Amino acid sequence: MQAKINWGARVRQMGPGLAVLVIGAALSMLSRDFLTASNLLNVLRQVSINAIIACGMTMVILTAGIDLSVGSVLALSSAVTAGLAVGGTYPLLAILAGLGIGAILGLFNGLLVTRGGVPPFVATLGTMAIARGLTLVYTGGRPISKMPAMIRSTGAGYITGIPVPIVIMAVVVLLVYVFLNHTPYGRFIYAVGSNPEAARFAGIPVARVLTLAYLLTGVLSALAGVILTGRLNSAQPTAGSGDEMDAIAAVVLGGTSLAGGQGGVLGTVVGALIIGMLNNGLNLLNVPSFYQQVAKGAVILVAVLLDRRRR
Amino acid sequence: MKRLAWFAVALLTLGLVTACGGAQPKTGGGEQKTTIGLAISTLNNPFFVDLRDGAQEAADKAGVTLVVLDAQDDPGTQVSQIEDLISQKVSAIIINPTDSDAVVPAVEAANKANIPVITVDRAANGGEVVAHIASDNVAGGKMAGEFLLELIGGNGNIVELEGIAGTSAARDRGEGFHQAVDGKEGVTVVAKQPADFDRAKGLEVMENILQSNPDIVGVFAHNDEMALGALEAIEAAGKLDQIKVVGFDATDDAVKAVQEGRMAGTIAQKPKEMGRLAVETAQKIIAGEKVDSFVPVPLELVKK
Repeated sequence: MQAKINWGARVRQMGPGLAVLVIGAALSMLSRDFLTASNLLNVLRQVSINAIIACGMTMVILTAGIDLSVGSVLALSSAVTAGLAVGGTYPLLAILAGLGIGAILGLFNGLLVTRGGVPPFVATLGTMAIARGLTLVYTGGRPISKMPAMIRSTGAGYITGIPVPIVIMAVVVLLVYVFLNHTPYGRFIYAVGSNPEAARFAGIPVARVLTLAYLLTGVLSALAGVILTGRLNSAQPTAGSGDEMDAIAAVVLGGTSLAGGQGGVLGTVVGALIIGMLNNGLNLLNVPSFYQQVAKGAVILVAVLLDRRRR
Repeated sequence: MKRLAWFAVALLTLGLVTACGGAQPKTGGGEQKTTIGLAISTLNNPFFVDLRDGAQEAADKAGVTLVVLDAQDDPGTQVSQIEDLISQKVSAIIINPTDSDAVVPAVEAANKANIPVITVDRAANGGEVVAHIASDNVAGGKMAGEFLLELIGGNGNIVELEGIAGTSAARDRGEGFHQAVDGKEGVTVVAKQPADFDRAKGLEVMENILQSNPDIVGVFAHNDEMALGALEAIEAAGKLDQIKVVGFDATDDAVKAVQEGRMAGTIAQKPKEMGRLAVETAQKIIAGEKVDSFVPVPLELVKK
């Protein structure tokens, strides 16, 4: 029994990896510019924002929940960070304030779900609208530009030749991986997702676990917002709209079950990589705009179908 | 059951209160103030914020009440907002459609209520519209293309960053741009890629294009947001001296970038002017004057 479960999990992890190899091989053959060190770093940098959000989304989806507010949380955190920094606040404090906004909104989501008993889809849909609205109020609908060097470096800087967003992504993935697999609360997330009733009977503080999952997702969305602010050298009122879909797609492509309890953060990174490679490849190949959407949808469906087959 | 009854009472009270509130401006009060409705596609974009500001200024100057409703780019929301304006019996409705087709039923509803309709920026594909106020996007795209040709000395590889596929702005600006650059000897559009009018996407798409085309000399983006995103990518690649970027819309950020010499130029639509002309045209119609069915808003090239 034990061996069988492990085998299933192994296959689930391999499926998406295989898709990356297939897409990578195809793109390498079609474009001689794909498989270069500079382009691969470029792809990883582009993937980093979605991957960081998707790490949070993975935790929420593992609890059988969903968080639609990630894009709006990103936008509000980005706006607040940028606004404070432009106003003369010390950049590190501005960043912490942005992350704090993410934590508050995440906590708000968590309390709505646990204390309020609101289904996650609806709770986070509400937060999504509120956070987007607050972003517009705060920015007056206009971009906030000209970031100080420190915030700029979070998105555009390099550490020993590696773009900072990639480094941050790697650290986040590592931390979330260790949290999910090697800490009690991380294991509780799986337990709550596979069977909340059983988890409750086993003495797991279900409400606290759920709240923590949403809170961490809020913080990670905010972190992605800070990076985007650095990359664009500005905060955009429309930033992150549609990001929830990319994040959910990455999680699902990575083999995490929307029903909760199964999957993990490594698969999610691979899922984000598939989406990023696809965007990059379509640009490199100069595919006309109308066909790009068809191609993206088709590749996502094929990847998920292949994954289903393998299970 | 009891709770239901209370609910009904509460609902009735609410209805009564709002009904009275709504009726007051017409029955009470000495002077009649003209009210014009402005149904705007979104205020989530500096361009339309400027348009609103221009309309508001014109309305304030003329002593007209302007009711502004923001559809947040949702066609359904916009239709119900226009219905609300009709039931408020405003004297004219200025519509900046979220979608040229989806807005038609709302225009027809206003026609039925005998309220004149003016469209701004985007047109409506049906119903009776007294006047359409917009800048000529094809002319603007051509202006940008010609300027870019001049900048690169009529020679080299150029890139076009497209807006959201299927929108009239992307179509028209692209068409004008190609009128200027197509068939010019020595000039090749090596990449023509969508970045959805979005700064983050403009950055990513330009990063990708630079991977496969190191020898680009010029970029035309269908709006400034994409141009500014592309600029970040070009700057990061250390090619700011080599590549000239021309945008469209002349937003504050873009004009600043032009003044700093980072961006080569941008085409200024005049959203404030557009808003002002819309309100002025509406007033003329209310006063019974004749107006042209198309009111073009001038464009201009912003360069250093």
